[in-house]
Amino acid sequence: MSDNLDDLYRDILMEHYRFPRGHHHLEHEDIHNEGQNPTCGDEIELALELEGDRVKDVYVSCMGCAVSVASGSMLAEVTKGKTLEEVKKIAATIKAMLTGEAVPKDADLGDLEALSGVKKFPVRVKCALLSWTTLVNALEAREKGKEKAPSTTEQ
Amino acid sequence: MKGGKSMAEVVQREPENRIGMEFNAEKYKTDFPILSRMIRGTKLVYLDSAATTQKPRVVIDAVDQYYRLHNANVHRGLHTLAEEATAAYEATRDKIAGFIGGVKREEIIYTRNATEAINMVASSWGYQNIKKGDRIVITQMEHHANLVPWIVLSRKTGAELVYIPIDPEGYLDLADLKDIIAPNTKIVALTHMSNVLGTINPVDEIIALAHKRGAVALVDGAQSVPHMPVDVRAMDADFLAFSAHKMLGPTGLGVLYGKEELLSRMEPVQYGGEMISEVRYDYAAWNELPHKFEAGTPNIEAAFAFLPALEYLEKIGMENIRRHEMELTGYALDKLAGLEFIKVFGPKDLNHRGGAVSFIDKNIHPHDMATFLDTLGIAVRAGHHCAQPLTRLLGVNSTTRASLYLYNTHNDIDQLITGLKEARRYFRYE
Repeated sequence: MSDNLDDLYRDILMEHYRFPRGHHHLEHEDIHNEGQNPTCGDEIELALELEGDRVKDVYVSCMGCAVSVASGSMLAEVTKGKTLEEVKKIAATIKAMLTGEAVPKDADLGDLEALSGVKKFPVRVKCALLSWTTLVNALEAREKGKEKAPSTTEQ
Repeated sequence: MKGGKSMAEVVQREPENRIGMEFNAEKYKTDFPILSRMIRGTKLVYLDSAATTQKPRVVIDAVDQYYRLHNANVHRGLHTLAEEATAAYEATRDKIAGFIGGVKREEIIYTRNATEAINMVASSWGYQNIKKGDRIVITQMEHHANLVPWIVLSRKTGAELVYIPIDPEGYLDLADLKDIIAPNTKIVALTHMSNVLGTINPVDEIIALAHKRGAVALVDGAQSVPHMPVDVRAMDADFLAFSAHKMLGPTGLGVLYGKEELLSRMEPVQYGGEMISEVRYDYAAWNELPHKFEAGTPNIEAAFAFLPALEYLEKIGMENIRRHEMELTGYALDKLAGLEFIKVFGPKDLNHRGGAVSFIDKNIHPHDMATFLDTLGIAVRAGHHCAQPLTRLLGVNSTTRASLYLYNTHNDIDQLITGLKEARRYFRYE
Protein backbone atom coordinates (compact mmCIF):
# COMPACT_ATOMS: atom_id res chain seq x y z
CA MET A 1 0.00 0.00 0.00
CA SER A 2 1.32 3.38 -0.89
CA ASP A 3 2.51 5.81 1.75
CA ASN A 4 0.47 8.47 0.01
CA LEU A 5 -2.79 6.83 0.96
CA ASP A 6 -1.72 6.74 4.58
CA ASP A 7 -1.00 10.45 4.25
CA LEU A 8 -4.60 10.99 3.28
CA TYR A 9 -6.19 8.63 5.77
CA ARG A 10 -4.14 9.46 8.84
CA ASP A 11 -5.16 7.80 12.07
CA ILE A 12 -6.44 11.04 13.55
CA LEU A 13 -8.59 11.65 10.50
CA MET A 14 -10.02 8.13 10.58
CA GLU A 15 -10.73 8.46 14.27
CA HIS A 16 -12.76 11.61 13.63
CA TYR A 17 -14.56 9.82 10.78
CA ARG A 18 -15.56 6.89 13.00
CA PHE A 19 -16.55 9.04 15.96
CA PRO A 20 -17.56 12.44 14.62
CA ARG A 21 -17.82 15.28 17.15
CA GLY A 22 -20.63 17.77 17.26
CA HIS A 23 -23.28 15.26 16.40
CA HIS A 24 -25.81 16.54 18.90
CA HIS A 25 -28.56 19.05 18.22
CA LEU A 26 -28.28 22.45 19.88
CA GLU A 27 -30.79 24.00 22.22
CA HIS A 28 -30.43 27.25 20.40
CA GLU A 29 -29.03 27.94 16.93
CA ASP A 30 -27.61 31.38 16.22
CA ILE A 31 -26.04 30.39 12.94
CA HIS A 32 -27.25 27.65 10.63
CA ASN A 33 -26.16 26.67 7.15
CA GLU A 34 -26.22 23.79 4.74
CA GLY A 35 -23.68 22.95 2.07
CA GLN A 36 -23.19 20.45 -0.67
CA ASN A 37 -20.53 19.18 -2.96
CA PRO A 38 -22.19 19.03 -6.38
CA THR A 39 -19.64 16.67 -7.90
CA CYS A 40 -20.30 13.87 -5.44
CA GLY A 41 -23.59 14.79 -3.77
CA ASP A 42 -22.14 15.00 -0.26
CA GLU A 43 -24.16 17.16 2.10
CA ILE A 44 -23.40 18.98 5.34
CA GLU A 45 -25.54 20.78 7.85
CA LEU A 46 -23.99 22.85 10.60
CA ALA A 47 -25.13 25.18 13.34
CA LEU A 48 -23.47 27.33 16.00
CA GLU A 49 -24.75 28.48 19.35
CA LEU A 50 -23.09 31.71 20.42
CA GLU A 51 -22.39 33.35 23.73
CA GLY A 52 -21.63 36.91 22.84
CA ASP A 53 -18.96 36.69 20.19
CA ARG A 54 -17.81 33.26 21.25
CA VAL A 55 -18.85 29.82 19.96
CA LYS A 56 -20.59 28.04 22.81
CA ASP A 57 -21.53 24.87 20.98
CA VAL A 58 -21.42 23.39 17.51
CA TYR A 59 -23.61 20.97 15.61
CA VAL A 60 -22.27 19.27 12.49
CA SER A 61 -23.96 16.57 10.46
CA CYS A 62 -22.19 15.41 7.32
CA MET A 63 -23.33 12.78 4.84
CA GLY A 64 -20.06 12.24 3.11
CA CYS A 65 -16.73 10.54 2.72
CA ALA A 66 -14.12 10.03 5.43
CA VAL A 67 -12.37 13.28 4.53
CA SER A 68 -15.46 15.50 4.60
CA VAL A 69 -16.89 13.90 7.75
CA ALA A 70 -13.56 14.09 9.60
CA SER A 71 -13.02 17.68 8.53
CA GLY A 72 -16.49 18.58 9.81
CA SER A 73 -15.82 16.77 13.06
CA MET A 74 -12.55 18.65 13.54
CA LEU A 75 -14.40 21.88 12.83
CA ALA A 76 -16.85 21.10 15.61
CA GLU A 77 -14.03 20.36 18.00
CA VAL A 78 -11.72 23.23 17.22
CA THR A 79 -14.23 26.06 16.90
CA LYS A 80 -15.87 25.44 20.26
CA GLY A 81 -14.87 28.19 22.68
CA LYS A 82 -13.26 30.34 19.98
CA THR A 83 -14.37 33.82 18.97
CA LEU A 84 -15.85 34.25 15.51
CA GLU A 85 -12.74 36.17 14.44
CA GLU A 86 -10.56 33.27 15.54
CA VAL A 87 -12.81 30.84 13.71
CA LYS A 88 -12.47 32.83 10.50
CA LYS A 89 -8.72 32.87 10.88
CA ILE A 90 -8.58 29.11 11.33
CA ALA A 91 -10.81 28.59 8.30
CA ALA A 92 -8.51 30.81 6.20
CA THR A 93 -5.48 28.85 7.41
CA ILE A 94 -7.06 25.51 6.49
CA LYS A 95 -7.89 26.81 3.06
CA ALA A 96 -4.35 28.08 2.59
CA MET A 97 -2.91 24.78 3.77
CA LEU A 98 -5.05 22.76 1.35
CA THR A 99 -4.63 24.99 -1.66
CA GLY A 100 -0.88 25.29 -1.32
CA GLU A 101 -0.75 28.89 -0.18
CA ALA A 102 1.49 30.14 2.60
CA VAL A 103 0.32 29.14 6.08
CA PRO A 104 1.05 31.61 8.90
CA LYS A 105 3.98 30.30 10.98
CA ASP A 106 2.21 30.90 14.28
CA ALA A 107 -0.82 28.86 13.23
CA ASP A 108 -1.59 26.15 15.77
CA LEU A 109 -3.75 23.65 13.98
CA GLY A 110 -3.80 20.74 16.41
CA ASP A 111 -5.69 17.79 14.90
CA LEU A 112 -6.39 19.88 11.84
CA GLU A 113 -2.80 19.35 10.77
CA ALA A 114 -3.97 15.84 9.84
CA LEU A 115 -5.82 17.39 6.91
CA SER A 116 -2.56 18.56 5.32
CA GLY A 117 -2.11 15.17 3.61
CA VAL A 118 -5.24 15.84 1.58
CA LYS A 119 -3.44 18.33 -0.63
CA LYS A 120 -1.58 15.46 -2.27
CA PHE A 121 -4.97 14.33 -3.56
CA PRO A 122 -6.23 17.42 -5.41
CA VAL A 123 -9.63 15.92 -6.22
CA ARG A 124 -10.24 15.42 -2.52
CA VAL A 125 -9.45 18.99 -1.41
CA LYS A 126 -13.05 20.04 -1.88
CA CYS A 127 -14.11 17.24 0.48
CA ALA A 128 -11.92 18.70 3.23
CA LEU A 129 -13.11 22.24 2.54
CA LEU A 130 -16.85 21.56 2.42
CA SER A 131 -17.56 22.14 6.11
CA TRP A 132 -15.24 25.15 6.33
CA THR A 133 -16.66 26.88 3.28
CA THR A 134 -20.17 26.26 4.55
CA LEU A 135 -19.23 27.84 7.87
CA VAL A 136 -17.43 30.83 6.35
CA ASN A 137 -20.38 31.54 4.06
CA ALA A 138 -22.68 31.49 7.07
CA LEU A 139 -20.45 33.91 8.97
CA GLU A 140 -20.18 36.26 6.02
CA ALA A 141 -23.92 36.21 5.46
CA ARG A 142 -24.42 36.98 9.13
CA GLU A 143 -22.13 39.96 8.90
CA LYS A 144 -24.15 41.21 5.98
CA GLY A 145 -27.17 41.04 8.23
CA LYS A 146 -28.90 38.07 6.71
CA GLU A 147 -30.35 35.57 9.09
CA LYS A 148 -29.68 32.52 6.98
CA ALA A 149 -26.91 32.09 4.46
CA PRO A 150 -27.68 30.83 1.00
CA SER A 151 -26.85 27.16 0.82
CA THR A 152 -23.22 26.56 0.04
CA THR A 153 -21.85 24.78 -2.96
CA GLU A 154 -18.21 23.75 -2.69
CA GLN A 155 -16.91 23.96 -6.27
CA MET B 1 -20.33 14.36 -50.09
CA LYS B 2 -18.25 16.75 -52.05
CA GLY B 3 -15.98 15.49 -54.82
CA GLY B 4 -12.50 14.16 -54.46
CA LYS B 5 -11.10 11.04 -52.98
CA SER B 6 -12.77 9.75 -49.88
CA MET B 7 -10.52 9.74 -46.88
CA ALA B 8 -10.66 5.97 -46.84
CA GLU B 9 -8.42 6.16 -49.89
CA VAL B 10 -6.32 9.07 -48.71
CA VAL B 11 -5.61 7.52 -45.33
CA GLN B 12 -3.64 4.33 -45.38
CA ARG B 13 -5.31 1.93 -43.04
CA GLU B 14 -4.84 -1.79 -42.84
CA PRO B 15 -7.74 -3.02 -40.78
CA GLU B 16 -7.14 -6.48 -39.50
CA ASN B 17 -9.85 -8.81 -40.56
CA ARG B 18 -11.43 -10.19 -37.45
CA ILE B 19 -14.45 -11.74 -39.08
CA GLY B 20 -14.91 -15.24 -37.78
CA MET B 21 -12.38 -14.69 -35.05
CA GLU B 22 -13.07 -15.35 -31.40
CA PHE B 23 -13.82 -12.28 -29.31
CA ASN B 24 -10.53 -11.62 -27.62
CA ALA B 25 -10.67 -8.76 -25.13
CA GLU B 26 -7.10 -9.42 -24.03
CA LYS B 27 -5.94 -8.87 -27.58
CA TYR B 28 -8.11 -5.77 -28.09
CA LYS B 29 -6.55 -4.36 -24.93
CA THR B 30 -3.21 -4.24 -26.72
CA ASP B 31 -4.75 -1.93 -29.35
CA PHE B 32 -5.17 0.71 -26.61
CA PRO B 33 -1.79 2.18 -25.63
CA ILE B 34 -3.08 3.73 -22.39
CA LEU B 35 -4.20 0.34 -21.09
CA SER B 36 -0.58 -0.70 -20.61
CA ARG B 37 0.14 2.41 -18.53
CA MET B 38 1.28 1.94 -14.98
CA ILE B 39 -0.70 3.75 -12.28
CA ARG B 40 0.99 4.03 -8.88
CA GLY B 41 3.11 1.00 -9.68
CA THR B 42 0.44 -1.29 -11.11
CA LYS B 43 -1.00 -1.73 -14.55
CA LEU B 44 -4.13 0.33 -15.18
CA VAL B 45 -7.44 -1.50 -14.78
CA TYR B 46 -9.84 0.82 -16.54
CA LEU B 47 -13.44 0.41 -15.38
CA ASP B 48 -14.80 3.87 -16.21
CA SER B 49 -15.86 3.53 -19.83
CA ALA B 50 -19.35 4.85 -19.14
CA ALA B 51 -17.64 8.19 -18.43
CA THR B 52 -15.38 7.99 -21.45
CA THR B 53 -13.74 5.12 -23.28
CA GLN B 54 -10.07 4.79 -24.04
CA LYS B 55 -8.90 5.19 -27.61
CA PRO B 56 -7.33 2.58 -29.87
CA ARG B 57 -4.11 3.34 -31.70
CA VAL B 58 -5.96 3.82 -35.02
CA VAL B 59 -7.89 6.74 -33.51
CA ILE B 60 -4.85 8.34 -31.88
CA ASP B 61 -2.90 7.97 -35.11
CA ALA B 62 -5.72 9.53 -37.09
CA VAL B 63 -5.65 12.70 -34.99
CA ASP B 64 -1.91 12.91 -35.57
CA GLN B 65 -2.30 12.19 -39.27
CA TYR B 66 -5.05 14.76 -39.66
CA TYR B 67 -2.79 17.57 -38.48
CA ARG B 68 0.28 16.26 -40.27
CA LEU B 69 -1.36 15.79 -43.63
CA HIS B 70 -4.89 17.10 -44.06
CA ASN B 71 -5.55 20.07 -41.77
CA ALA B 72 -7.81 22.71 -43.38
CA ASN B 73 -11.16 24.26 -42.73
CA VAL B 74 -14.11 22.38 -44.17
CA HIS B 75 -16.62 23.49 -46.80
CA ARG B 76 -14.67 26.64 -47.53
CA GLY B 77 -11.40 26.21 -49.33
CA LEU B 78 -10.72 25.17 -52.88
CA HIS B 79 -7.27 23.78 -52.27
CA THR B 80 -6.28 20.15 -51.92
CA LEU B 81 -6.16 20.16 -48.13
CA ALA B 82 -9.61 21.71 -47.83
CA GLU B 83 -10.97 19.15 -50.23
CA GLU B 84 -9.44 16.28 -48.28
CA ALA B 85 -10.56 17.60 -44.90
CA THR B 86 -14.09 18.17 -46.19
CA ALA B 87 -14.25 14.74 -47.80
CA ALA B 88 -13.12 13.08 -44.55
CA TYR B 89 -15.46 15.17 -42.41
CA GLU B 90 -18.40 14.18 -44.57
CA ALA B 91 -17.28 10.56 -44.94
CA THR B 92 -17.60 10.17 -41.17
CA ARG B 93 -21.14 11.54 -41.38
CA ASP B 94 -21.99 8.84 -43.91
CA LYS B 95 -20.42 6.24 -41.68
CA ILE B 96 -22.48 7.39 -38.69
CA ALA B 97 -25.67 7.34 -40.77
CA GLY B 98 -24.94 3.72 -41.63
CA PHE B 99 -23.86 2.78 -38.12
CA ILE B 100 -27.23 3.58 -36.54
CA GLY B 101 -29.27 1.69 -39.09
CA GLY B 102 -28.94 3.44 -42.43
CA VAL B 103 -30.51 6.86 -42.10
CA LYS B 104 -30.06 9.81 -44.44
CA ARG B 105 -26.83 11.77 -44.11
CA GLU B 106 -28.94 14.95 -43.87
CA GLU B 107 -30.32 13.57 -40.62
CA ILE B 108 -26.92 13.43 -38.89
CA ILE B 109 -26.00 16.68 -37.12
CA TYR B 110 -22.58 17.06 -35.56
CA THR B 111 -22.64 18.54 -32.06
CA ARG B 112 -20.10 18.87 -29.24
CA ASN B 113 -21.56 15.93 -27.34
CA ALA B 114 -24.84 14.17 -26.51
CA THR B 115 -25.65 16.93 -24.03
CA GLU B 116 -25.54 19.58 -26.75
CA ALA B 117 -27.60 17.35 -29.04
CA ILE B 118 -30.42 17.10 -26.47
CA ASN B 119 -30.17 20.80 -25.68
CA MET B 120 -30.55 21.58 -29.38
CA VAL B 121 -33.84 19.70 -29.50
CA ALA B 122 -35.10 21.33 -26.30
CA SER B 123 -34.16 24.84 -27.37
CA SER B 124 -35.22 24.60 -31.00
CA TRP B 125 -37.98 22.03 -31.40
CA GLY B 126 -39.03 22.58 -27.79
CA TYR B 127 -39.77 26.28 -27.96
CA GLN B 128 -41.39 25.95 -31.38
CA ASN B 129 -43.77 23.20 -30.31
CA ILE B 130 -44.35 23.29 -26.57
CA LYS B 131 -46.66 25.64 -24.74
CA LYS B 132 -48.56 25.92 -21.50
CA GLY B 133 -50.92 23.00 -21.00
CA ASP B 134 -48.67 20.59 -22.89
CA ARG B 135 -46.86 17.72 -21.28
CA ILE B 136 -43.22 16.66 -21.43
CA VAL B 137 -42.53 13.10 -20.31
CA ILE B 138 -39.14 11.85 -19.18
CA THR B 139 -38.08 9.14 -16.71
CA GLN B 140 -36.73 9.07 -13.18
CA MET B 141 -33.45 7.58 -14.38
CA GLU B 142 -32.26 10.35 -16.68
CA HIS B 143 -28.76 11.77 -16.74
CA HIS B 144 -28.76 15.52 -16.08
CA ALA B 145 -28.24 15.99 -19.83
CA ASN B 146 -31.71 14.62 -20.51
CA LEU B 147 -33.26 16.14 -17.42
CA VAL B 148 -32.17 19.74 -16.90
CA PRO B 149 -33.06 20.93 -20.46
CA TRP B 150 -36.61 19.67 -19.90
CA ILE B 151 -36.87 21.20 -16.42
CA VAL B 152 -35.91 24.55 -17.95
CA LEU B 153 -38.22 24.15 -20.94
CA SER B 154 -41.14 23.27 -18.71
CA ARG B 155 -40.38 26.19 -16.40
CA LYS B 156 -40.17 28.66 -19.26
CA THR B 157 -43.18 27.45 -21.22
CA GLY B 158 -45.45 26.43 -18.38
CA ALA B 159 -45.70 22.90 -19.77
CA GLU B 160 -45.92 20.13 -17.17
CA LEU B 161 -42.99 17.75 -16.70
CA VAL B 162 -44.07 14.22 -15.79
CA TYR B 163 -41.77 11.33 -14.90
CA ILE B 164 -42.08 7.65 -15.69
CA PRO B 165 -41.17 6.13 -12.30
CA ILE B 166 -38.73 3.32 -11.63
CA ASP B 167 -39.44 0.23 -9.57
CA PRO B 168 -37.25 -1.10 -6.74
CA GLU B 169 -35.29 -3.34 -9.12
CA GLY B 170 -34.33 -0.40 -11.32
CA TYR B 171 -36.69 -1.00 -14.23
CA LEU B 172 -39.08 1.60 -15.52
CA ASP B 173 -42.50 1.05 -13.96
CA LEU B 174 -44.78 1.02 -17.00
CA ALA B 175 -48.01 0.22 -15.14
CA ASP B 176 -49.39 3.74 -15.59
CA LEU B 177 -47.63 4.51 -18.85
CA LYS B 178 -50.90 5.13 -20.73
CA ASP B 179 -51.87 7.78 -18.19
CA ILE B 180 -48.41 9.30 -18.02
CA ILE B 181 -48.15 9.65 -21.79
CA ALA B 182 -51.47 11.51 -21.83
CA PRO B 183 -53.00 12.96 -25.00
CA ASN B 184 -51.47 16.39 -24.27
CA THR B 185 -47.93 14.92 -24.34
CA LYS B 186 -45.73 16.60 -26.92
CA ILE B 187 -42.44 14.83 -26.33
CA VAL B 188 -41.20 11.72 -24.55
CA ALA B 189 -37.46 11.86 -23.85
CA LEU B 190 -35.78 8.86 -22.29
CA THR B 191 -32.50 7.11 -21.95
CA HIS B 192 -31.96 3.87 -23.82
CA MET B 193 -29.54 2.63 -21.16
CA SER B 194 -29.14 4.09 -17.68
CA ASN B 195 -25.62 5.29 -16.90
CA VAL B 196 -26.18 4.47 -13.21
CA LEU B 197 -28.32 1.33 -13.12
CA GLY B 198 -27.35 -0.14 -16.47
CA THR B 199 -31.05 -0.70 -17.21
CA ILE B 200 -31.90 -1.08 -20.88
CA ASN B 201 -35.32 0.44 -21.38
CA PRO B 202 -38.03 -0.93 -23.70
CA VAL B 203 -37.81 2.13 -25.93
CA ASP B 204 -39.73 0.58 -28.84
CA GLU B 205 -42.86 0.13 -26.75
CA ILE B 206 -42.64 3.60 -25.23
CA ILE B 207 -41.95 5.28 -28.56
CA ALA B 208 -44.95 3.49 -30.13
CA LEU B 209 -47.23 4.85 -27.42
CA ALA B 210 -45.74 8.34 -27.76
CA HIS B 211 -46.45 8.27 -31.48
CA LYS B 212 -49.99 7.05 -30.87
CA ARG B 213 -50.48 10.21 -28.82
CA GLY B 214 -48.99 12.36 -31.55
CA ALA B 215 -45.88 13.07 -29.49
CA VAL B 216 -42.30 12.86 -30.69
CA ALA B 217 -39.73 10.64 -28.98
CA LEU B 218 -36.13 11.46 -28.15
CA VAL B 219 -33.75 8.70 -27.11
CA ASP B 220 -30.57 9.42 -25.17
CA GLY B 221 -28.29 6.81 -26.67
CA ALA B 222 -25.08 7.93 -24.98
CA GLN B 223 -24.79 4.58 -23.16
CA SER B 224 -26.48 2.29 -25.67
CA VAL B 225 -25.06 3.21 -29.10
CA PRO B 226 -21.48 2.39 -27.95
CA HIS B 227 -22.40 -0.97 -26.46
CA MET B 228 -25.06 -2.69 -28.59
CA PRO B 229 -26.55 -2.65 -32.06
CA VAL B 230 -28.90 0.32 -32.31
CA ASP B 231 -31.17 0.65 -35.32
CA VAL B 232 -32.84 4.01 -34.99
CA ARG B 233 -35.24 3.31 -37.84
CA ALA B 234 -36.47 0.05 -36.33
CA MET B 235 -36.79 1.82 -32.99
CA ASP B 236 -38.58 4.68 -34.80
CA ALA B 237 -37.10 7.35 -32.53
CA ASP B 238 -37.57 10.88 -33.82
CA PHE B 239 -34.32 12.04 -32.22
CA LEU B 240 -31.29 10.10 -31.01
CA ALA B 241 -28.35 11.67 -29.19
CA PHE B 242 -24.93 10.14 -28.51
CA SER B 243 -21.26 11.03 -28.04
CA ALA B 244 -18.18 9.91 -29.97
CA HIS B 245 -15.93 9.81 -26.92
CA LYS B 246 -17.99 7.07 -25.28
CA MET B 247 -17.36 4.82 -28.29
CA LEU B 248 -13.60 5.01 -28.85
CA GLY B 249 -13.73 8.38 -30.61
CA PRO B 250 -12.28 11.74 -29.60
CA THR B 251 -13.91 14.08 -27.12
CA GLY B 252 -15.73 17.16 -28.37
CA LEU B 253 -17.89 15.41 -30.93
CA GLY B 254 -21.48 14.33 -30.49
CA VAL B 255 -24.29 13.37 -32.80
CA LEU B 256 -27.89 14.41 -33.07
CA TYR B 257 -29.93 12.20 -35.35
CA GLY B 258 -33.30 13.69 -36.19
CA LYS B 259 -35.97 12.73 -38.70
CA GLU B 260 -35.61 14.98 -41.73
CA GLU B 261 -39.21 16.19 -41.58
CA LEU B 262 -38.63 17.45 -38.03
CA LEU B 263 -35.14 18.88 -38.56
CA SER B 264 -36.24 20.74 -41.68
CA ARG B 265 -38.90 22.59 -39.71
CA MET B 266 -36.60 23.41 -36.79
CA GLU B 267 -34.92 26.77 -36.33
CA PRO B 268 -31.14 26.78 -35.97
CA VAL B 269 -29.84 27.20 -32.45
CA GLN B 270 -26.67 29.07 -33.38
CA TYR B 271 -26.00 31.45 -36.21
CA GLY B 272 -22.85 32.25 -38.15
CA GLY B 273 -20.67 30.77 -40.82
CA GLU B 274 -21.42 27.46 -42.50
CA MET B 275 -25.09 27.40 -41.52
CA ILE B 276 -26.25 30.01 -44.06
CA SER B 277 -27.20 29.84 -47.72
CA GLU B 278 -27.32 33.58 -48.33
CA VAL B 279 -26.64 36.65 -46.23
CA ARG B 280 -27.34 40.29 -47.05
CA TYR B 281 -27.02 43.20 -44.66
CA ASP B 282 -30.67 42.86 -43.76
CA TYR B 283 -31.32 39.23 -44.47
CA ALA B 284 -30.08 35.70 -43.89
CA ALA B 285 -31.32 32.35 -45.14
CA TRP B 286 -30.35 29.00 -43.77
CA ASN B 287 -28.25 26.35 -45.36
CA GLU B 288 -29.72 22.95 -46.12
CA LEU B 289 -29.57 20.04 -43.73
CA PRO B 290 -27.43 19.06 -41.94
CA HIS B 291 -25.33 22.24 -42.19
CA LYS B 292 -28.16 24.46 -40.92
CA PHE B 293 -27.33 23.29 -37.41
CA GLU B 294 -23.55 23.43 -37.68
CA ALA B 295 -22.56 27.08 -37.26
CA GLY B 296 -18.87 27.90 -37.18
CA THR B 297 -15.78 25.78 -37.63
CA PRO B 298 -16.56 22.34 -36.25
CA ASN B 299 -14.37 19.77 -34.53
CA ILE B 300 -12.82 18.48 -37.74
CA GLU B 301 -10.05 16.47 -36.13
CA ALA B 302 -12.61 14.62 -34.03
CA ALA B 303 -14.81 13.80 -37.02
CA PHE B 304 -11.70 12.67 -38.89
CA ALA B 305 -10.65 10.34 -36.08
CA PHE B 306 -14.16 9.09 -35.33
CA LEU B 307 -14.20 7.19 -38.62
CA PRO B 308 -11.53 4.66 -37.62
CA ALA B 309 -13.29 4.33 -34.24
CA LEU B 310 -16.50 3.30 -35.98
CA GLU B 311 -14.58 0.99 -38.29
CA TYR B 312 -12.94 -0.62 -35.29
CA LEU B 313 -16.31 -1.23 -33.64
CA GLU B 314 -17.81 -2.59 -36.85
CA LYS B 315 -14.88 -4.90 -37.37
CA ILE B 316 -15.44 -6.49 -33.97
CA GLY B 317 -19.20 -6.27 -34.40
CA MET B 318 -21.68 -4.59 -32.10
CA GLU B 319 -23.48 -7.90 -31.49
CA ASN B 320 -20.21 -9.40 -30.33
CA ILE B 321 -19.45 -6.43 -28.09
CA ARG B 322 -22.90 -6.68 -26.53
CA ARG B 323 -22.46 -10.43 -25.96
CA HIS B 324 -19.03 -9.94 -24.39
CA GLU B 325 -20.32 -7.25 -22.04
CA MET B 326 -23.33 -9.36 -21.05
CA GLU B 327 -21.06 -12.23 -20.16
CA LEU B 328 -18.61 -10.02 -18.29
CA THR B 329 -21.39 -8.11 -16.50
CA GLY B 330 -22.84 -11.45 -15.38
CA TYR B 331 -19.44 -12.45 -14.06
CA ALA B 332 -19.09 -9.15 -12.19
CA LEU B 333 -22.60 -9.35 -10.71
CA ASP B 334 -21.94 -12.91 -9.51
CA LYS B 335 -18.66 -11.93 -7.90
CA LEU B 336 -20.15 -8.82 -6.29
CA ALA B 337 -23.08 -10.86 -4.95
CA GLY B 338 -20.51 -12.96 -3.10
CA LEU B 339 -19.35 -9.93 -1.11
CA GLU B 340 -21.75 -9.48 1.79
CA PHE B 341 -20.58 -5.90 2.40
CA ILE B 342 -21.49 -4.78 -1.13
CA LYS B 343 -24.93 -3.78 -2.34
CA VAL B 344 -25.46 -3.61 -6.11
CA PHE B 345 -28.11 -1.40 -7.70
CA GLY B 346 -29.98 -2.09 -10.90
CA PRO B 347 -31.49 -5.08 -12.69
CA LYS B 348 -29.98 -8.54 -12.44
CA ASP B 349 -31.35 -9.83 -15.74
CA LEU B 350 -28.52 -9.50 -18.26
CA ASN B 351 -30.98 -9.28 -21.13
CA HIS B 352 -32.22 -5.99 -19.74
CA ARG B 353 -29.05 -4.38 -18.52
CA GLY B 354 -25.69 -3.21 -19.77
CA GLY B 355 -22.23 -3.06 -18.24
CA ALA B 356 -22.55 -0.01 -15.98
CA VAL B 357 -22.60 -1.50 -12.48
CA SER B 358 -23.23 0.81 -9.50
CA PHE B 359 -22.77 -0.38 -5.95
CA ILE B 360 -22.01 0.73 -2.41
CA ASP B 361 -19.97 -0.73 0.40
CA LYS B 362 -22.00 -0.77 3.62
CA ASN B 363 -19.31 1.21 5.45
CA ILE B 364 -16.88 2.79 3.03
CA HIS B 365 -17.99 5.94 1.24
CA PRO B 366 -17.72 5.71 -2.59
CA HIS B 367 -15.19 8.57 -2.64
CA ASP B 368 -12.91 6.76 -0.24
CA MET B 369 -13.43 3.53 -2.16
CA ALA B 370 -12.50 5.16 -5.48
CA THR B 371 -9.40 6.78 -3.96
CA PHE B 372 -8.37 3.45 -2.46
CA LEU B 373 -8.94 1.52 -5.70
CA ASP B 374 -6.91 4.11 -7.57
CA THR B 375 -3.87 3.24 -5.46
CA LEU B 376 -4.24 -0.27 -6.91
CA GLY B 377 -4.42 1.15 -10.44
CA ILE B 378 -8.17 0.53 -10.68
CA ALA B 379 -10.15 3.40 -12.23
CA VAL B 380 -13.82 3.56 -11.23
CA ARG B 381 -16.17 6.46 -10.82
CA ALA B 382 -17.72 7.60 -7.57
CA GLY B 383 -20.47 10.15 -7.10
CA HIS B 384 -23.98 10.68 -8.39
CA HIS B 385 -22.91 10.18 -12.01
CA CYS B 386 -24.76 13.28 -13.17
CA ALA B 387 -28.02 11.68 -12.11
CA GLN B 388 -28.53 13.25 -8.71
CA PRO B 389 -32.31 12.74 -8.40
CA LEU B 390 -31.95 9.06 -9.29
CA THR B 391 -29.10 8.57 -6.83
CA ARG B 392 -31.20 10.13 -4.08
CA LEU B 393 -34.10 7.92 -5.10
CA LEU B 394 -31.83 4.95 -4.45
CA GLY B 395 -31.47 6.28 -0.91
CA VAL B 396 -27.84 7.32 -1.16
CA ASN B 397 -25.80 10.42 -2.00
CA SER B 398 -23.39 8.61 -4.21
CA THR B 399 -22.37 5.21 -5.53
CA THR B 400 -19.25 3.61 -6.88
CA ARG B 401 -19.59 2.60 -10.51
CA ALA B 402 -17.57 0.11 -12.50
CA SER B 403 -18.37 0.23 -16.19
CA LEU B 404 -17.18 -2.16 -18.88
CA TYR B 405 -16.21 -2.14 -22.51
CA LEU B 406 -14.84 -4.41 -25.16
CA TYR B 407 -11.31 -4.28 -23.74
CA ASN B 408 -12.26 -5.43 -20.24
CA THR B 409 -11.47 -8.95 -19.10
CA HIS B 410 -12.31 -11.36 -16.30
CA ASN B 411 -8.99 -10.43 -14.78
CA ASP B 412 -10.10 -6.78 -14.53
CA ILE B 413 -13.16 -7.89 -12.56
CA ASP B 414 -11.05 -10.16 -10.35
CA GLN B 415 -8.78 -7.23 -9.54
CA LEU B 416 -11.78 -5.06 -8.69
CA ILE B 417 -13.12 -7.73 -6.34
CA THR B 418 -9.71 -8.11 -4.68
CA GLY B 419 -9.52 -4.33 -4.35
CA LEU B 420 -12.93 -4.13 -2.68
CA LYS B 421 -11.84 -6.75 -0.16
CA GLU B 422 -8.54 -5.00 0.49
CA ALA B 423 -10.39 -1.73 1.09
CA ARG B 424 -12.26 -3.43 3.95
CA ARG B 425 -8.95 -4.32 5.53
CA TYR B 426 -7.36 -0.94 4.89
CA PHE B 427 -10.25 0.96 6.46
CA ARG B 428 -10.29 -1.63 9.27
CA TYR B 429 -13.76 -2.98 8.82
CA GLU B 430 -12.28 -6.48 8.73
